[in-house]
Amino acid sequence: MKIAVTSQGKELESPVDPRFGRALYLLIVDTDTGAHEVVDNKQNLSALQGAGIQAAENVVRHGVSALLTGHCGPKAFRALSSAGIRLFTGVDGPVKSVVEKYKNGEYEPAVAPDVQGHW
Amino acid sequence: MKVSVASGKGGTGKTTVAVNLAHALADMSRTVTYADCDVEEPNGHIFLQPAIETSTRAGVVIPVVNVKKCTACGECSRICRFGAIACLGRPAMTFPELCKSCGGCFMVCEERALSEDVREVGVVEEGRAGNIRFLQGRLRVGEAQSPPLIRRVKNKIPDEGVIILDAPPGTSCPVIETARGSDYVLMVTEPTPFGLNDLKLAVEMVRVLDIPFGVGINRAGPGNDGVEQFCREEEIRILFELPDDRRIAEAYSRGEIVCRAIPEYAKVFEHLGREVLEAVS
Repeated sequence: MKIAVTSQGKELESPVDPRFGRALYLLIVDTDTGAHEVVDNKQNLSALQGAGIQAAENVVRHGVSALLTGHCGPKAFRALSSAGIRLFTGVDGPVKSVVEKYKNGEYEPAVAPDVQGHW
Repeated sequence: MKVSVASGKGGTGKTTVAVNLAHALADMSRTVTYADCDVEEPNGHIFLQPAIETSTRAGVVIPVVNVKKCTACGECSRICRFGAIACLGRPAMTFPELCKSCGGCFMVCEERALSEDVREVGVVEEGRAGNIRFLQGRLRVGEAQSPPLIRRVKNKIPDEGVIILDAPPGTSCPVIETARGSDYVLMVTEPTPFGLNDLKLAVEMVRVLDIPFGVGINRAGPGNDGVEQFCREEEIRILFELPDDRRIAEAYSRGEIVCRAIPEYAKVFEHLGREVLEAVS
């Protein structure tokens, strides 16, 4: 299956980006093969509004079933929920270890956004 | 003849100048309309104490998705620059508070899956304050966008007489929406570094709008002459100065019109009225 993790860099060793809508990169990781794809999210960094929604659309386009990030705002949360993507917030550390922890079932899905918009 | 009273920095005295200028012009037997375009926090009414005659609700058009007709083609989401309509599966979903009512999504939907709904933005109130025709907009609490309501206020402006538009502070969309189409902009500033900094930004803005403008210095007094120096260098006309007189602050805090409360200032505002009329013609 494919999962997305927000990242500050392009490598699996990069630290998780605490933001979703305005994350620098999204790493799409195939949990079966370990291969990863880099999605540049920079066009959303300076978005005046709707960054979380655009990032959610981006995630959906890549056929992802779960998203792991530091924090998620209310509009992004709504968008992800409607698309049926499982959201995990409060993750940090290198993307690589986040993926491992996810596979070991160490994370609880988020049931609500955990920050305000534009956080 | 439309005159916008703007500033840059907030709290410099726009409303003080606007309401007193309106009074002075009315006293000169002009037909005057005062329009409070600071719809987030209109305060002209405190001083003019108008009798409100009508209150009209204002709204903007937003899309609603018909879940049965939407095929999730994504065209609406692609044309939307504001993230207000997103396509993540069936049906497309809307974020009404982000919508700028551009109509793009309606244009590109081939399934006719979008219908119109209204997002309320606030109210436009009309009335009279003595001889002065009074208009104001009051933004709905929770509404993030001022310009649509400011446009509605401006739609109610009559064709005759002098219109004084009391602008919001700042140099971005709300002020630009207010000042656009004016014949003159009167920039009220104060002789402080902050006042000067924001005046420079406001001057830049008005120059882009290509509207003639002049400056009024409120709370003038000895000390910081940066504003005067700037106006000299830029060849900007200073139309008036209001001194840093505690009595003005006292009258203001009582909600009083300065040129009524302190008769000697009636002449100052009469002079300003003539200067503005001359500057516009």
